[in-house]
Amino acid sequence: MAEAQNIPVGSTTAGTIAVAADSTVATRMSAPPSFDVADFPVPHGREEEWRFTPLERLRGLHDGTAEAGGVLTVEVTAPEGVTVETVDRTDARLGRAGTPVDRVAAQAYSSFEKASVVSVPKEAVLTEPIRIAVHGEGGTAYGHQVVELGAFAEAVVVIDHTGDAVLAANVDFVVGDGAKLTVVSVQDWDDTAVHVSQHNARIGRDASFKSVVVTFGGDLVRLNPQVQYAGTGGEAELFGLYFTDAGQHQEHRLLVDHNTPHCKSNVAYKGALQGDGAHAVWIGDVLIQAAAEGTDTYEMNRNLVLTDGARVDSVPNLEIETGEIAGAGHASATGRFDDEQLFYLMSRGIRAEEARRLVVRGFFAELVQQIGLPDVEERLLAKIDAELEASV
Amino acid sequence: MATLEIRDLHVSVEADNSTKEILKGVDLTVKQGETHAIMGPNGSGKSTLAYSIAGHPKYTITSGTVTLDGEDVLEMSVDERARAGMFLAMQYPVEVPGVSVSNFLRTSATAIRGEAPKLRTWVKEVKSAMEQLQMDPAFAERNVNEGFSGGEKKRHEILQLELLQPKIAILDETDSGLDVDALRQVSEGVNRVHASGEVGTLLITHYTRILRYIKPDFVHVFAKGKIVASGGPELADKLEAEGYEEYTKGGVTA
Repeated sequence: MAEAQNIPVGSTTAGTIAVAADSTVATRMSAPPSFDVADFPVPHGREEEWRFTPLERLRGLHDGTAEAGGVLTVEVTAPEGVTVETVDRTDARLGRAGTPVDRVAAQAYSSFEKASVVSVPKEAVLTEPIRIAVHGEGGTAYGHQVVELGAFAEAVVVIDHTGDAVLAANVDFVVGDGAKLTVVSVQDWDDTAVHVSQHNARIGRDASFKSVVVTFGGDLVRLNPQVQYAGTGGEAELFGLYFTDAGQHQEHRLLVDHNTPHCKSNVAYKGALQGDGAHAVWIGDVLIQAAAEGTDTYEMNRNLVLTDGARVDSVPNLEIETGEIAGAGHASATGRFDDEQLFYLMSRGIRAEEARRLVVRGFFAELVQQIGLPDVEERLLAKIDAELEASV
Repeated sequence: MATLEIRDLHVSVEADNSTKEILKGVDLTVKQGETHAIMGPNGSGKSTLAYSIAGHPKYTITSGTVTLDGEDVLEMSVDERARAGMFLAMQYPVEVPGVSVSNFLRTSATAIRGEAPKLRTWVKEVKSAMEQLQMDPAFAERNVNEGFSGGEKKRHEILQLELLQPKIAILDETDSGLDVDALRQVSEGVNRVHASGEVGTLLITHYTRILRYIKPDFVHVFAKGKIVASGGPELADKLEAEGYEEYTKGGVTA
């Protein structure tokens, strides 16, 4: 067996390097994955998986004190041929795409009462997206959603999160053999919301999964997109954008588990930050297991810091247990929009606020253009413009 | 006719908790259509003059005036100065990640002209300006100054000069770091703009080399924070032969 490699890189705006612990992706978690919240100790904040997260702002999701009782609606709009069901905890289709990796995800799995299951039958090619509108009216909620595509089905799912909530959830994406699923998850919460969610994708043989995570709102948003492969030839593309304003904590922790030969993954997350106490965290774990020969993977994180007082922690982590791979790489960079850039643009007649917008829009557009779905791209650029109008 | 008037300009910078005066009473008038070369040794304050006129926040104007057609330039913000017709080609142009050259050019042209240029004519305009500067069309899709070579950065500055058509252009050591071919192409760009008769040019340089390509009407020697000698092109020949020594020795009175 090839020697495991661990190549942590990171950057913060304070100029120091945040480096992952010397342990492996699996062992540096404080407990192995489990559906049962009792299997996870209550975090104290120094654990590898919690050290960047302000626990006091989780409103008790992490220590069992957050009781469900909030008002959260989940509205699914789906084209004909798609089955939408609300099911009990005992439904056999739940939890097949992955297992909770931390205490809050396990808490969600242990606490939800009803789950929604959206099924696209095999070989159905949807021309309209499935829309899932998650709207909070305050209070704590635990959720579970499943989206499953039969073999060779093709679908786009757009999940919008709005309003105010303290929400912990798991979302399963079960992608059948040869199927193609694109998921756009927009976190457009009110500034008071707390949202902790694990996205589990299980990608079938020769199937492809594309995830676009867009985080603008919330007081604290912490998402754990997880990918595993059920057969050879699977492809995952994980794109993300976040715009972290003053006081917001936005954390994206990805794990792509190459457990199967000849699969691909490409991760690209970009974030812009501004204002005092804006904190973005990006953890990109890629594990290439010994069996996963022929793997091709790349992960990238870029951050643009617009003002003083914002902080980025970016930690890509690649572990390779076989030398027989097609490619593996990662990159992380955090840069500032500084006074010299502002001077340069203004010296060409461009007003200060427009200069800032120009830089941020360009920064995100580069990523948006890779999504490959014109209507989604347009919507995101419009969303970015609106965000910029409101805040920059 | 547009006229830039600099009167008794004193400028200082903050460094290491102390204030250092760099410009010590600069007087200069540049009219539309004229080309002035400002020549001087390193550290004489030439670049400070350029950046002060453009409004860089690092520099503090302690006294004196700068006016453009009687309007107080020093009261204007950086972008207002540009919209009033001032242009600074920088010695060290700044990288702007995420912003393509084409987007940047169009945004600045829109700001300077007060309306977005019509797309069809604009594309032609940019294309032909780039061709004249021997710039690859692919250049337009790169991010502003990111990964540009020294020559590419300077061509990009002159490209902006040509597209923005200012009343007063300040070229801060545009010639430094260029090979002969790039120097010639960049100079041709400056000359094309000059030929319009619409621009007054302030050419700041350390070397006389660029004056083989750009013919100044006036040459000024800059030393110790002020203009210490002024004359016609023959002054550049004298500097070429004798260097700056005469002006940098203690003999120059402040």
